[in-house]
Amino acid sequence: MNDKPTLFTNARLIDPASGRDERGALLVRDGLIADIGPQVGVVADAEVIDCKSQVLAPGLIDMRAFIGEPGAAHRETLKSAGEAAAAGGVTTIVSMPDTSPVLDDPAIVDFVTRRARDTSIVHIRPAAALTKGLKGQEMAEIGLLREAGAIAFTDGLRSVTNAQVMRRALTYARDFDALIVHHVEDPDLVGTGVMNEGEFATRLGMPGIPREAETVMLERDIRLVRLTGGRYHAAMISCADSVDIIRDAKVRGLPVTCGVSINNLALNENDIGDYRTFLKLSPPLRHEDDRQAMIEAVADGTIDVVVSDHNPQDVETKRLPFAEAANGAVGLETLLSAALRLVQAGQVSLPNLLRSMTTRPAEILGLPGGRLERGAPADLIMFDPDAPYVLDKRDLRSLSKNTPFDEARLEGQVTVTMVAGRIVFDRRPN
Amino acid sequence: MNNPHPSVFPHRHLLGIEGLSPLDIQALLDLADAQVEVSRQIEKKKSTLRGRTQINLFFEPSTRTQSSFEIAGKRLGADVMNMSVASSSVKKGETLIDTAATLNAMRPDLIIVRHHAAGAVHLLAQKVDCSVVNAGDGAHEHPTQALLDALTIRRNKGRIQGLTVAICGDILHSRVARSNMILLAAMGARVRLVAPSTLLPPDIGRLGFETFTDMRRGLDGADIVMMLRLQLERMNGSFVPSVKEYFRFYGLDQEKLSYAKPDALVMHPGPMNRGVEISSEVADGAQSLIREQVEMGVAVRMAVLEALASHLPNR
Repeated sequence: MNDKPTLFTNARLIDPASGRDERGALLVRDGLIADIGPQVGVVADAEVIDCKSQVLAPGLIDMRAFIGEPGAAHRETLKSAGEAAAAGGVTTIVSMPDTSPVLDDPAIVDFVTRRARDTSIVHIRPAAALTKGLKGQEMAEIGLLREAGAIAFTDGLRSVTNAQVMRRALTYARDFDALIVHHVEDPDLVGTGVMNEGEFATRLGMPGIPREAETVMLERDIRLVRLTGGRYHAAMISCADSVDIIRDAKVRGLPVTCGVSINNLALNENDIGDYRTFLKLSPPLRHEDDRQAMIEAVADGTIDVVVSDHNPQDVETKRLPFAEAANGAVGLETLLSAALRLVQAGQVSLPNLLRSMTTRPAEILGLPGGRLERGAPADLIMFDPDAPYVLDKRDLRSLSKNTPFDEARLEGQVTVTMVAGRIVFDRRPN
Repeated sequence: MNNPHPSVFPHRHLLGIEGLSPLDIQALLDLADAQVEVSRQIEKKKSTLRGRTQINLFFEPSTRTQSSFEIAGKRLGADVMNMSVASSSVKKGETLIDTAATLNAMRPDLIIVRHHAAGAVHLLAQKVDCSVVNAGDGAHEHPTQALLDALTIRRNKGRIQGLTVAICGDILHSRVARSNMILLAAMGARVRLVAPSTLLPPDIGRLGFETFTDMRRGLDGADIVMMLRLQLERMNGSFVPSVKEYFRFYGLDQEKLSYAKPDALVMHPGPMNRGVEISSEVADGAQSLIREQVEMGVAVRMAVLEALASHLPNR
């Protein structure tokens, strides 16, 4: 790359990897971070961006987003997802394999990788199917898919209910050092449930999803990890008991990590209110006590990563009675703003919050980014953590507008997003 | 029991390699070496087993092992009878022990047994008065295969001691692998096991064998590369994702073979799945001993039958 160097000055540099949180400057050259710190001075011929005391941090790495391409490009394309991500400060998206056709073939992974490179302004790294056709019966070609560029293996929205299949997949994946990401929700315990089981579901007259749908599956998985030694990541947990299970597994030294959806950190079941289908999610929004446990677990690092669980749905799938509506909400553009609520409430420090969306996902996925240090890729965001705004879903860049934060007051907005040394989003006034 | 006829081979049955001493193995291999010559003559018939009855009792279909035992018995002069499961009373619900008792009443001298369940041959051996040879029981042992492999190696390399042998593929379900592991280790070879973790038996490392999940590393510097057959039902997502992926990472082709020593030799117990665990180029190549293994099979089985014959009652 022969672009001019870029110099960010007057920034609050936050690097969760090193613990750096100080004022200074950062120089980008040839797509990489060339220098960083308070000592960085004027660089001839560099384009200067005055951060005006705003935060400069690694770009966010979102480990869970559903993109409609291929198969449902009317909901989201790799291009529109990239634009939404850039506006939200996400510089790397891990896309889920629940596409049509399913990402269970090396040729399709190769297609998505190339297509994303050509059309998306942020990095999109596909996770491939763990089992053929996401059917949970036969393991997919983990070795060949990995060579084709799959960054992780998951059945996306689905859980692998067959423990033998899961055991073999964990065993086999270990030989390739492949990461298995699992949606922990036992479909039989979910049954006809559509929201958290409990008092509020009873009031609304809707069938509930017990917490055990999650904990039973998670406990099973942890035992299989113990048996096999495979690298395992629980995609999203939602309840306090799951935090205990993960904590215990980590104490035992098992190769286990987990994530949480931004929705389960920012919202609870009461937000469903008057049957709002944009809040119909999997895992479901839980009780406020669960939400508080999730926040604590992010703060203390038991939960490794925060994800958007971006899942575009259109009116055909959402403008329906609650029980009949599809699960999912968009989240790429609101991930950072919604997460900053935890900082504003004094529950999680800003560096710790950023760690869960930058350094930790990079470590788990084996990506070079997620950190501010010399030689790291210049995937960066500059944001004002206090900038207030009211979200209008019509402003969203996603092709789908199913956000649970419509008309919500949020604080903290991305000003500049840089991917591989190029500015891909810029909200600065001219 | 005191053996009135001291013999080179002090066992009444051959149920497994486990339990044989290096001297026993050596004796059988020496005996087999001599039998190779018999089979290469125009006149291939001996009279060691004249008047004896040999029953091949195969509960699992087999072409090469069964015919190899049949030819071996006939060359030694025995009357050989093949009992295949399809036409036997086993299909009608008879238990293994009843079958054994029935056969025993016909006063055979040797019974060659293959059974799909590990330990079945041992059980049968307890219930009959004659000598029993294990021709494969489940995923447990297949001693004559290991012996013929050892004979093939010894004739080509001049020794077994000190050689590095990589056994590759479906170790988990393979009786051939188990018998070979025991025999080769007993004879002083360095045995490596190469397979995806899904096809390695649990805790195999504790048995003292080096295991590799990366084939190139596993073959690095090997003198012998022993491939195993992968059953069709294990290829499509259950133990390995697909034939394509298996061949890519675990199939023996010329490129992977180049990691072994330049004079490394390739073996396969057959029947081969070309393009699954082995490429045709390698299977038919100059380093392949696969055809020779079949010839050695007859010689080893003659040796085993002859060794056991010295224990048969003479009156």
